[in-house]
Amino acid sequence: MDPIAVTWEDRPGSPQALTVTQLARVIRDTVRANPILSRILVRGEVSNVQRAPSGHVFFTLKDATAQLSCTLFREDAEMLGFDLEDGMDVVVSGDVDVFPRRGSVQLLVKAATPAGVGAFWAAYQKTRKKLAAEGLFDAARKRPLPSFPQTIGVVTSEIGAVVHDIVTILRRRYPIAHIVIAPALVQGPEASVSLRRALAVVSDRVDVVIVARGGGSLEDLWCFNDEGLARAVAASRVPVVSAIGHETDVTIVDFVADVRAATPSAAAELVSPDATELMARINGAGRSLVEEIREALRGVRHRATALRERLSPRGLQRGIEANRALLERSFVALAAVAPREVIRHRERLEALGRRLDVLSPLATLQRGYAIAEREDGRVVAHAVEVESGDALAVRFQDGRIRVHVNQEQEEP
Amino acid sequence: MTEEPNFEESLAALEATVDALSRGDLPLDRALAVFEEGLGLYRRCHAILADSEQRVTKLIAAAEGLIEEPFPVE
Repeated sequence: MDPIAVTWEDRPGSPQALTVTQLARVIRDTVRANPILSRILVRGEVSNVQRAPSGHVFFTLKDATAQLSCTLFREDAEMLGFDLEDGMDVVVSGDVDVFPRRGSVQLLVKAATPAGVGAFWAAYQKTRKKLAAEGLFDAARKRPLPSFPQTIGVVTSEIGAVVHDIVTILRRRYPIAHIVIAPALVQGPEASVSLRRALAVVSDRVDVVIVARGGGSLEDLWCFNDEGLARAVAASRVPVVSAIGHETDVTIVDFVADVRAATPSAAAELVSPDATELMARINGAGRSLVEEIREALRGVRHRATALRERLSPRGLQRGIEANRALLERSFVALAAVAPREVIRHRERLEALGRRLDVLSPLATLQRGYAIAEREDGRVVAHAVEVESGDALAVRFQDGRIRVHVNQEQEEP
Repeated sequence: MTEEPNFEESLAALEATVDALSRGDLPLDRALAVFEEGLGLYRRCHAILADSEQRVTKLIAAAEGLIEEPFPVE
């Protein structure tokens, strides 16, 4: 008799024999419940890659003394960002699971990145050539950045120096803009998917996007060589500025971005006008505005003065006085509203204005001269240009009248 | 929904009023009206630039969809 069977039967309260299915379920549940076996990173060499018509990818991950079956479901395979090939050294992330039907233990791979310099460069060159051939790096595709963005998206890690530097610079240069931070993982196997999601959601609600990351190793920066992320940058609704790693690091995302900045701080400066310059521009416009209206008022005042001297009837005089009073009030109002720096320049401006008055054709008119013009405004400078019957206009300081020529030329 | 003109539009309008006045061909009443408009735009631009308190938000996925919450800036 089989001693083991005897022992089994002798155990008090022992359960009945399990079915295979029951045991497989127990194993599966044990594996699933073990936190060490979920969300793990595993490094190994890819072999025996098989792509099913369904889009799922099956492969084996191995090292010198062990191997593990891996499954990459279609939706994750589509998000991988590079092509898995036999012999490639990779780091994959995923969960260990048990498939009772096949009695196998598998790693369900969620994401992968090339590991080691060789695998890294092979994948990098392949993606770069592929996208270059599609024209995704062409200068003609690059879009200009908006001059005055109202909202600026920032795709980066929400902790660390990068987001801080960008926000600090934008705050100093362009406090008008609303900054929307779209947090993303910026390293590790799941970073490229996280970055793609962040870019997709933020680019719909901003005028320009900065995609940034601080310096790191080749492996750290790998997610920015992801083909899918590069395509998402190219397809972004709004222009994208990249600032990834140090200046010497050039990732695939840098190639497709509309503008590549050397550092995250430089990216912040590229997307924002400088508020100090803007303030100078506004103040300049304010000054010009006051100068111009002062000029206009001064011209009218001169005319009013000249008219008062020439006209005697009292009614007219009163009208002119009323206008004069209005003008004086305008001047007072103007002085009240003029920005302080304008007032500081007032004396100089008035001196300039007086010089301009002397030179202006309007000043000539104000001295009582008139100008003869064609209908189209061309000035008639010589009597010989005019024929009897021509329609002309004569411009006075206070308006134009139409005249008909009834004699060509008088004796001089 | 009518939105207030933004900074870019206001600055462009301000500079347009300066251009209009500097041509010097407006009758006085029009010139004064343009000046007043320009002065309003000047004040507006000035105020936007001087008084802006930058809004910094963070996009997060919530049950009701994407929402923006204030991002702490020290």
